[in-house]
Amino acid sequence: MAEAHPVGFQWVMEAKRRGAKIIHVDPRFTRTSAVADLHVPFRAGADIAFLGGLISYVLENELDFREYVQAFTNAADLVGEEFTDTEDMAGIFSGYDAETGRYDPISWQLDGDGYSAPAAGQRDHWESQLREHHAAMGSDTAGGAGDAANTPSAPERDETLQHPRCVYQVMRRHYSRYTPEAVSRVCGMSVDQFLEVARAITENSQRDRTTAWVYSVGWTHHSVGAQYIRGAAILQTLLGNMGRPGGGILALRGHASIQGSTDIPTLYDLLPGYIPMPNAHLHEDLRSFLDADAAKTGFWGNMDTYLVSLLKAWWGDAASAENDYAFDYLPRLTGDHGTYGIVRDQIDRKTFGYFLVGENPAVGHANGKMQRLGLANLEWLVVRDMQMIESATFWKDGPEIETGELRTEDIGTEVFFLPCANHTEKSGTFTNTQRLLQWRREAVHPPGDARSELHFYFHLGKRIREKLAASTDERDRPLLDLTWDYPTTGIHEEPEPESVLGEINGYDAEGKPLSSYTELQADGSTTAGCWIYTGVYADGVNQADRRKPGSEQDWVAAEWGWAWPANRRTLYNRASADADGRPWSERKAYVWWDEESGRWTGHDIPDFEATKPPSYVPEPGAEREHALGGTDAFIMQADGKAWLYAPAGMADGPMPTHYEPVESPVANLLHQQQDNPALERIDRAWNRINPAMSDVYPYVFLTYRLTEHHTAGGMSRTLPYLSELQPEFFCEVSPALAAERGLEHLGWATLISARTAIEARVVVTERMKPLRIGDQTVHQIGLPYHWGSNGLTTGDPANDLLGVVMDPNVHIQESKVATCDIQPGRRPRGPALLEFVESYRRKAGVEPGGIE
Amino acid sequence: MEASGFLVGPAVFNTDVAGYLGQAGSIPVRLRHHHIPARGDPLGVRTWLGEWPMFRQATGSDPLARGAAVESPRTKALGPRTDDADAVVKSVCPYCAVGCGQNVYVRDGRVTQIEGDPDSPISRGRLCPKGSASTSLVTSPTRVTTVRYRRPYGTEWEDLDLDTAVDMIADRVIDARRRGWQDTDDEGRVLRRTLGFSSLGGATLDNEENYLIKKLFMALGAIQVENQARI
Repeated sequence: MAEAHPVGFQWVMEAKRRGAKIIHVDPRFTRTSAVADLHVPFRAGADIAFLGGLISYVLENELDFREYVQAFTNAADLVGEEFTDTEDMAGIFSGYDAETGRYDPISWQLDGDGYSAPAAGQRDHWESQLREHHAAMGSDTAGGAGDAANTPSAPERDETLQHPRCVYQVMRRHYSRYTPEAVSRVCGMSVDQFLEVARAITENSQRDRTTAWVYSVGWTHHSVGAQYIRGAAILQTLLGNMGRPGGGILALRGHASIQGSTDIPTLYDLLPGYIPMPNAHLHEDLRSFLDADAAKTGFWGNMDTYLVSLLKAWWGDAASAENDYAFDYLPRLTGDHGTYGIVRDQIDRKTFGYFLVGENPAVGHANGKMQRLGLANLEWLVVRDMQMIESATFWKDGPEIETGELRTEDIGTEVFFLPCANHTEKSGTFTNTQRLLQWRREAVHPPGDARSELHFYFHLGKRIREKLAASTDERDRPLLDLTWDYPTTGIHEEPEPESVLGEINGYDAEGKPLSSYTELQADGSTTAGCWIYTGVYADGVNQADRRKPGSEQDWVAAEWGWAWPANRRTLYNRASADADGRPWSERKAYVWWDEESGRWTGHDIPDFEATKPPSYVPEPGAEREHALGGTDAFIMQADGKAWLYAPAGMADGPMPTHYEPVESPVANLLHQQQDNPALERIDRAWNRINPAMSDVYPYVFLTYRLTEHHTAGGMSRTLPYLSELQPEFFCEVSPALAAERGLEHLGWATLISARTAIEARVVVTERMKPLRIGDQTVHQIGLPYHWGSNGLTTGDPANDLLGVVMDPNVHIQESKVATCDIQPGRRPRGPALLEFVESYRRKAGVEPGGIE
Repeated sequence: MEASGFLVGPAVFNTDVAGYLGQAGSIPVRLRHHHIPARGDPLGVRTWLGEWPMFRQATGSDPLARGAAVESPRTKALGPRTDDADAVVKSVCPYCAVGCGQNVYVRDGRVTQIEGDPDSPISRGRLCPKGSASTSLVTSPTRVTTVRYRRPYGTEWEDLDLDTAVDMIADRVIDARRRGWQDTDDEGRVLRRTLGFSSLGGATLDNEENYLIKKLFMALGAIQVENQARI
């Protein structure tokens, strides 16, 4: 955190000054480790073993925050008799189909009638069960959140947590083999180190204290990445650290508005506000879509109001009750259209054009060769950036030109480079890592041909609509009926960003800006472009532009910017009070029930219906939020509970299980199953994978950022100060590995995988520690991934070394752990590089690679 | 603001002043009282002595000679370029997702300096090396400000008028959309979509911009919209 989010790290230091203990669990010793109370060196890819060990420590010693667990979680629910755990199936859960490599989650259900509905995850697995009552193996929409189906199940419960099939006991058995000794063998930390962490977090949780976990892509870039986060969620829920001040699981996101681009998604499987994209195989009309995909209870029970308001925002008068609010105008999904699938289709020339908008995949994405081959097989490419990035110049100077695999004269891609405006040259909102929308004001006009994206897409849309204006083709109706008439200013006709923010916020039937998503209707009388952002333009005031100085506010600082939803700063904060609505302790008071006024109150805006008392018991058959009781703090869940055990929503099991990374130097010491049985692969010559436990690729490598650079380097390798501070691509190796391979400090090294070989300067440092894993010594190599061939400082891209295998929940690649060999000296040049890499593949028994 | 820097491991990041970048001009010059001639020193001997840097270092309030003691008439005349800005515009750092506040100093329609915003309860005026360098991000001499075009199989960039470029792109979108169009799947279920083109990016864009991208692509039936959040 001190390296990649240094200014955010000031708050960690502030906490430390007030007595907080800082523990840093990381394969590398970094600036964070330097100021932490404890640094635990650790093997990349072993996090679930570590988290599972902590969960087991809590359960075996009954150190959970029992009152919290009983009030707010599904620990007492009974798991159905159909469920078989990994303990009894050599590391695989019930429902696995070896032929398709996918799970049917039907056997994971809780006891009782009906199904439980996930508040996130693989909704279509869910939906198909409801519709067809059989496995949803063909479906692939991974909803980012939102609810899957269904009436509230009323699972049987054992409040004593003793029933052998209750979630608490099922989990205890599942994690029973994750002992401190096992964690030590798998992760490479000592038993004492593990126990020190376990004691620290359990002693620092419950009534009077809370513990926070902070992670970043070191947890998501894995073939079991979503399960890493689940592991933390289980632990934090058991310890009562969710919805409370100083608690939580905090994702440190890496780009100015990457949270915003998930909320208002430029992602294939989501509509704004985490409404899932409709799937062709399963939906016919609006009602059946809502029946299948929207929960009946909890706040996702109002998905009809969110979706109809979105359709009204997009298609205005053309969306009416008679035509299902133009629900049919939405395109339908049939499978995975994630970025790696798109690139595969580019290589296969199944798709022809590509917009790259502030993204440099030729350097920044795993398997750079795959990315560049995709670009080279396009008909046209539009790159919008400030600098001439590698993804725009691949046809001229890409690594494949040097090796002779591609020739400029043979590449048919037509490239448009359009300069874009920078952050000072346009107004608009970023959503930061804590869900906070902050408005930036335009300071200067963009130079020359540079334009904002708002300008480009508005005018491109206008141009396309003009060209098709006379069309009578039914497929053009959604485009021609689209509301696309934003007011513009200036000679360049720049759309007014506040008018777009207003549309995102939404309006009532009289055209008055809405102040809350609870005002949305399903009868077409309201609009909202993104329901979770409703309120950001309340009273016609740009709430994201509020700038009351922090020094004039309390520690919640609720009058700086605007956080979704409803300006709440901590989600699920009802859980910061006990079942009766009283603060768990004076020290940790945050939101509580005020009996006198009959309202929830506190330091934050309550994430709960303001006047629903803690004693509230819903009427039988109640729907939407009315089905939630006064202790159902997790209001987006259909049952209002935090899920320790996830009966639905995950593609690879109801509880996190340790699987080795696909490219691992060691066997899975915890389970017979080596790697995630449900992971996704792309088996092509340009994406060869190193065999596990290979002597040819014996070392682990991991990639990371430096403080002085930013992702693929387009915004940092082009700046003189930053280039001077970090002038060269390097690899970090331990003195032991340096001795083993004859690597010299500041000399050159070549790193080799089944994809390619790259060269880097060697930094021999104690920061990297060899780890003892089982009976093996495992060496790890650190690689910053910022470099490419353009800019003021250049070097080989670390991402070229990576292959692509993916998590089945979110289709994210395993890029934070892989294997390689390392040798002293520079890599071969030209065609010799290809033969060099091929010789490694031959030795390792890997099929020939390269361009097919 | 409590502190101007904070210790992170082996390095001290002076995160709230452009002094990090060696831009001495942005550090206000103060303590001019050292140079006022003392009463009862008509010949100015004491004034002369008082101007001697070594004397000022030894006797003044700057024993480490980092400020007033080493001031010369030239440096004394220097002022921060933030002083003569026409406007100070509130902004947010464009790098990571912490969302540090920035004050953008503008003169004659150009950005002259970017500083941390002390009002921000998130960053309290601090910026990291990247945020501190963002003046050079927005004023970069290598920034490309005109449209560049590479024709199919071409070996060099060419110039292209922006309006022409947008028109050509619109034509290509319409064409790719048509060729990649799917009305139904093999089982006759409605798809109403195109796989003809796709988009990648968004994590550095504004919410309003992503909103227009998603809205336009959905209306075009283009489902392949992806961004860094998948990566």
